[in-house]
Amino acid sequence: MELISPQRRTNNFWAFEFAPLASGVTERPAAEPPYRTIGSKLCVLGRKSFDGLLGHSHSGTRYRLQEASGEGRGGEYDHWRQHLGEDVFSDNGVSRPTNSLNPMKTIMAFERRWAAREVMGTQESQRETDSRRAGRIAGHESHPFECRARGDSGDEKLCGCLVRSLRSPASLPSNAAPPPRPGRRRPQRPQRRRREVRGAVRGKADSCWRLPASRRSIKMPAVSKGDGMRGLAVFISDIRNCKSKEAEIKRINKELANIRSKFKGDKALDGYSKKKYVCKLLFIFLLGHDIDFGHMEAVNLLSSNKYTEKQIGYLFISVLVNSNSELIRLINNAIKNDLASRNPTFMCLALHCIANVGSREMAEAFAGEIPRILVAGDTMDSVKQSAALCLLRLYKTSPDLVLMGEWTSRVVHLLNDQHMGVVTAAISLITCLSQKNPDEFKTCVSLAVSRLSRIVSSASTDLQDYTYYFVPAPWLSCKLLRLLQCYPPPEDGAVKGRLVECLETILNKAQEPPKSKKVQHSNAKNAILFEAISLIIHYDSEPNLLVRACNQLGQFLQHRETNLRYLALESMCTLASSEFSHEAVKTHIETVINALKTERDVSVRQRAADLLYAMCDRSNAKQIVAEMLSYLETADYSIREEMVLKVAILAEKYAVDYSWYVDTILNLIRIAGDYVSEEVWYRVIQIVINRDDVQGYAAKTVFEALQAPACHENMVKVGGYILGEFGNLIAGDPRSSPLVQFNLLHSKFHLCSVPTRALLLSAYIKFINLFPETKATIQEVLRCDSQIRNSDVELQQRAVEYLKLSSIASTDVLATVLEEMPPFPERESSILAKLKKKKGPGAVSVSDLDEGKRDGGGELNGAGERGPESSVVATSNTSTPSPSADLLGLRSAPPVGSAAQGAGSLLVDVFSEAGPLAPASGVNDDGFLSSEDSAPPLPESDELLNKFVCKNNGVLFENQLLQIGIKSEYRQNLGRMYLFYGNKTSVQFVNFTSTLNVQTKPVDPLVEGGAQLQQVLNIECLSDFSDAPLLNIRFRYGGALQNLTLKLPLTINKFFQPTEMGSQDFFQRWKQLSLPQQEAQKIFKANHSMDKEVLKAKLLGLGMALLENVDPNPENFVCAGVVQTKAQQVGCLLRLEPNIQAQMYRLTLRSSKDTVSKRLCDLLAEQF
Amino acid sequence: MIGGLFIYNHKGEVLISRVYRDDIGRNAVDAFRVNVIHARQQVRSPVTNIARTSFFHVKRSNIWLAAVTKQNVNAAMVFEFLYKMCDVMTAYFGKISEENIKNNFVLIYELLDEILDFGYPQNSETGALKTFITQQGIKSQTKEEQSQITSQVTGQIGWRREGIKYRRNELFLDVLESVNLLMSPQGQVLSAHVSGRVVMKSYLSGMPECKFGMNDKIVIDKQGKGGTADDAGKSGKQSIAIDDCTFHQCVRLSKFDSERSISFIPPDGEYELMRYRTTKDIILPFRVIPLVREVGRTKLEVKVVIKSNFKPSLLAQKIEVRIPTPLNTSGVQVICMKGKAKYKASENAIVWKIKRMAGMKESQISAEIELLPTNDKKKWARPPISMNFEVPFAPSGLKVRYLKVFEPKLNYSDHDVIKWVRYIGRSGIYETRC
Repeated sequence: MELISPQRRTNNFWAFEFAPLASGVTERPAAEPPYRTIGSKLCVLGRKSFDGLLGHSHSGTRYRLQEASGEGRGGEYDHWRQHLGEDVFSDNGVSRPTNSLNPMKTIMAFERRWAAREVMGTQESQRETDSRRAGRIAGHESHPFECRARGDSGDEKLCGCLVRSLRSPASLPSNAAPPPRPGRRRPQRPQRRRREVRGAVRGKADSCWRLPASRRSIKMPAVSKGDGMRGLAVFISDIRNCKSKEAEIKRINKELANIRSKFKGDKALDGYSKKKYVCKLLFIFLLGHDIDFGHMEAVNLLSSNKYTEKQIGYLFISVLVNSNSELIRLINNAIKNDLASRNPTFMCLALHCIANVGSREMAEAFAGEIPRILVAGDTMDSVKQSAALCLLRLYKTSPDLVLMGEWTSRVVHLLNDQHMGVVTAAISLITCLSQKNPDEFKTCVSLAVSRLSRIVSSASTDLQDYTYYFVPAPWLSCKLLRLLQCYPPPEDGAVKGRLVECLETILNKAQEPPKSKKVQHSNAKNAILFEAISLIIHYDSEPNLLVRACNQLGQFLQHRETNLRYLALESMCTLASSEFSHEAVKTHIETVINALKTERDVSVRQRAADLLYAMCDRSNAKQIVAEMLSYLETADYSIREEMVLKVAILAEKYAVDYSWYVDTILNLIRIAGDYVSEEVWYRVIQIVINRDDVQGYAAKTVFEALQAPACHENMVKVGGYILGEFGNLIAGDPRSSPLVQFNLLHSKFHLCSVPTRALLLSAYIKFINLFPETKATIQEVLRCDSQIRNSDVELQQRAVEYLKLSSIASTDVLATVLEEMPPFPERESSILAKLKKKKGPGAVSVSDLDEGKRDGGGELNGAGERGPESSVVATSNTSTPSPSADLLGLRSAPPVGSAAQGAGSLLVDVFSEAGPLAPASGVNDDGFLSSEDSAPPLPESDELLNKFVCKNNGVLFENQLLQIGIKSEYRQNLGRMYLFYGNKTSVQFVNFTSTLNVQTKPVDPLVEGGAQLQQVLNIECLSDFSDAPLLNIRFRYGGALQNLTLKLPLTINKFFQPTEMGSQDFFQRWKQLSLPQQEAQKIFKANHSMDKEVLKAKLLGLGMALLENVDPNPENFVCAGVVQTKAQQVGCLLRLEPNIQAQMYRLTLRSSKDTVSKRLCDLLAEQF
Repeated sequence: MIGGLFIYNHKGEVLISRVYRDDIGRNAVDAFRVNVIHARQQVRSPVTNIARTSFFHVKRSNIWLAAVTKQNVNAAMVFEFLYKMCDVMTAYFGKISEENIKNNFVLIYELLDEILDFGYPQNSETGALKTFITQQGIKSQTKEEQSQITSQVTGQIGWRREGIKYRRNELFLDVLESVNLLMSPQGQVLSAHVSGRVVMKSYLSGMPECKFGMNDKIVIDKQGKGGTADDAGKSGKQSIAIDDCTFHQCVRLSKFDSERSISFIPPDGEYELMRYRTTKDIILPFRVIPLVREVGRTKLEVKVVIKSNFKPSLLAQKIEVRIPTPLNTSGVQVICMKGKAKYKASENAIVWKIKRMAGMKESQISAEIELLPTNDKKKWARPPISMNFEVPFAPSGLKVRYLKVFEPKLNYSDHDVIKWVRYIGRSGIYETRC
């Protein structure tokens, strides 16, 4: 249990905690030795538990009356349910109804939230957790009302356990070898005592304390005399009887004053009253009031030797601890004593307290101690369990403090422990640890496999206590399977064989007839099955298993249980992306389509739609798109937009015949126009314009579609655009003569919004060009007041300009201006990006799919996106032995000159990296490992590079997700570059890496939404170079892996050192460098303004010294500088002769090294 | 306009539910219960917005009255209506309690039908309502009576019916004021105002025309200009400045605007003639002088002196001083000269009660408070000392100058009417910081 925060404590989540407990446990024989209960129940002691302490039901008058009021489950319960719903699902980011359809998700969310609760490490608690999960799996049992409505079983259980927890340790059987007792253990209690208490209570309070007949049978707590805390009972009954909030507050104030006067310190209190008052304080705290005293008394209780007192003390501390330094010291001391006490109950209490508090201080104090307890040979099993889960909690809160180091192997070997409880507890810990550092825990794979196979192959009777409804140790199996999912398939053949065998057995068992009709049985079985299937999917290497899993899921697709159908659809979505099972998944298409149509639950339908999308390929695209289109008419509003996007993408991706594509999209707009985003219709237009063969058909179809009396605005947009461009293709037909077309469009004009009208105006002017005969009509339209005097500036301007243009310009000019649109450059469909964005985090299926299934060839957007298949890999594989030359030659043409291949040509060295770790060979490996699967550099990266020739700071790259800024400074042959990665979205990027094709220090793998990450590169120029280093950035945004390669704006001129010299000097040197290869000259047309000041600024930015009054012609510029590299210095002279009349330049560069002059010349030619 | 009206008991069960407009669904009932009555944090705002629906509520003892609307209504109107509704219910069956409401719900529905029409407030004058909504059930009325009711309800004077006859013509006039104060420990007035009401009970025959006069500064000044200079010559405080006032619907506002005279045809029975507020020259009946000393971390000494500040001949009643104690109080010893004092743990305060106290007297209490050391570093916030009392004069200084009755048709004149005037000043929020 986490530390209860004040917000949560009034949440009544206690009730929730107990709900599944009640539902799951009732029929199961409790065979635990009593003392194990003690520790675990502590954690869940809440408001409700106080009733338990007293042996009463939770429903006081106030609530009961409500039930009776005819409002039924309204009021309080609704309220609870609401909060519970939030509590459970908010973590997950999915808001789903409480009667969740996705038990596994719920379990996961639940587990995350209450991970700390796993600390209840005793066997009992494990079973409790199990039963709770069972309740969750059962889905419909998940809210508290059910539990309460179910009557007394929960209360009964509760009473029982609290009774046990209240028993003093003296009355417990010795813990040496507790014999498991079959059958339900009912705490015994003297009859006389019970009557006495109830009588007293009845006298004091009113009828709410009279239990319903069914509850009278509950055995009252078997407490020794004086442990009943009647004061507490009376107090609670008073509170329950308060008619109003004010009355309650008054009563509490009174009680607080009373406790204060008792704690005043004049007289020493005995342990019993201390415990009682601390209990009262706790109760008051749980009612939502602040408690600022009593801590000291609670700490005193810790050192008591009585179990109940110690327990209450720990309870108070775990609930109410704050970081008061002096108290923490005392608490830590007490905990230390208990840990060292060798008394298992006390040790458990202490461990639970550590876990419940879980603060950093605790971690600091005990992180070293707990692993020792965990692996020590003489520790009791129950303590081991607690220790494992306690360690897990500490590891989760402060991973830096929990260092496993030497314990690693011994912890892993806990998997071999004889006690199943210990294994279950340890596996949670191991899973968590191995997620962080998989390598250290690699050995656990084989152990886990053997453990799993032992469980799977065991008969249901072998594991006695751990068989849950005839399923052997379901929770342990699930955890083992999940642990295995952290690792790739085992390499060892034997282990793998064994694992495959296990998985097969699990699949086989799913086929067997159920051993029980109870829902718990099938739930447990299916939980294992689904976990196994996700492991199979994770491995993705066993075609046989994948197909079997797929078939198994196929059976579930038609299962009666909605939850199963949901899960089956979801798992199948991931299966569809595997090459082995894709075909197998496809066989279920009919069922899935049927599910889409008939499923009653929207979330299931959503999954069905996802799966259809995932299983779509060329062979079934037409069918699937048609089905989705027809479903769209009745689809839920919440998923319509997504459906539209999916249809659009599928139609585009698998279009063989473009008339089909046009038909589909127009249909789409007709059916769900409101949900068609801009991107969708942009894309239609892009495609129509780029494909000559569909233009005529598109024009015809659009024309027909527009004839519908009411058509969607998006349709008008598409229609306007296409008719404006290609209206001539159908003008031959008298039914669609130009005037008819125009009139048709114009009839929609007044119904449209401003942007559409603007588009239509552009279409009209295009009409004038296409069909001169419509000119008069259109000019008339443009001239009318509603256009030319439109209050909207955009429309007015267009009307005025188009009118003028049409009346002034000659036909030729008009034809040029209004020429047909050129084809769009091929690029990734913007719709895909939109879908990815829409799905957000957690929606892995779609994006993964896109990665996995882009089979290229024939796809509309495949070619443009992929580019040449990683040329990087090719070069790197054929590289010469010299590592640094590889770096240089990565993506360049053959290496420049033999000199460049020398040992130290170019190396962008990174000082910040640990020095000795970067010998040449290391660079080689690292550099290429990371570049192997990196994307080719963006096409515009050269352009980007050129932007930075003359400047050092600016934005290197920007798209919707990421912005990369650069700041750099250079001195001589050294430089330092700061890269800023800005996350423009509100979602975090995970697994963020940025690698240079040399090596860099890794960057923080997480970039929070809206945050910026900085990377510093220290650069040394070893020799001259011509190609910029490549920067590869990869990260996961939402589910999708983003891969980006850019050229680092690092050019040779950055290492210039300006040299000032006189006219004579200059020309002397100029003459010296007269060898033909030392000179590079270029004559080129000016790309930018030829303003003198601008040129000056650019040349200064280049890094050379601009020499004034050197050249006889004042229009010319001359510069001089030295390129500083580690190997050598290269003197460099430049002369730029602009010719303003011809808008030309002549650029001459002379340097002592031919490659340098050539490279500089190329670079500079782009600049002017 | 009001879309619906619900009455809940303290548990949130709906006792009365009346929906006037279609835009209010049944779920509104639950929404208010869940979000206000059962809210985890106490809801202090009387207006709550839930899903674009506004709930206006007032609470009478344990009963919640909530008006619901989806429109942008005048909130003051809605509250005025709710208070009127409470008054009407009180007039019909006394105290508003769960039991009374349950016993009278036919009547309440009848009333709700009458005083709200499609969410628009109608006549809510008890006197008028009582002519046609009776608790005894419907007695068959003659045609004349029926038409009389119609004309009465729809006519010009909706608040009074024709043909009332009394043997003794009597008039009771109460000036009820509550005085609010916040004073600094040094005795500086930080804020003070008096809100007052003039409540009348009239038992007059026929259709009398009344005229009410008080020492309103504007009126006095106007008259002063007229020539009677001796008014100003008399003792300092003769006239009061009224900041704002509201009247019962029977008062002729046009006449008040032009002449500032209050003339009206009174309803029969009890009603509130006007409400007003003053902030200047308030007579503060009591002065509280606190003295709080913290002795170490575990002890607090408190001494409070109260001084009465009015004519020695008058007697203040029901005096109660409430001295807050810190939240970590573990024990209290109190000594007081007069009255009774007690530490009430449930309210975290020492409550000192005095039955009666004459003017120009003073009294004192001293207390020793023991504190429990806490690990909370927060200092005690020292809430103000508050006080309750009742005095037989108007702290605003308001005086009734005249109340004239004219009944031209019947043969009784102004001096045949027996008139009673009473002044009661009560404490509102009367606090002194310590």
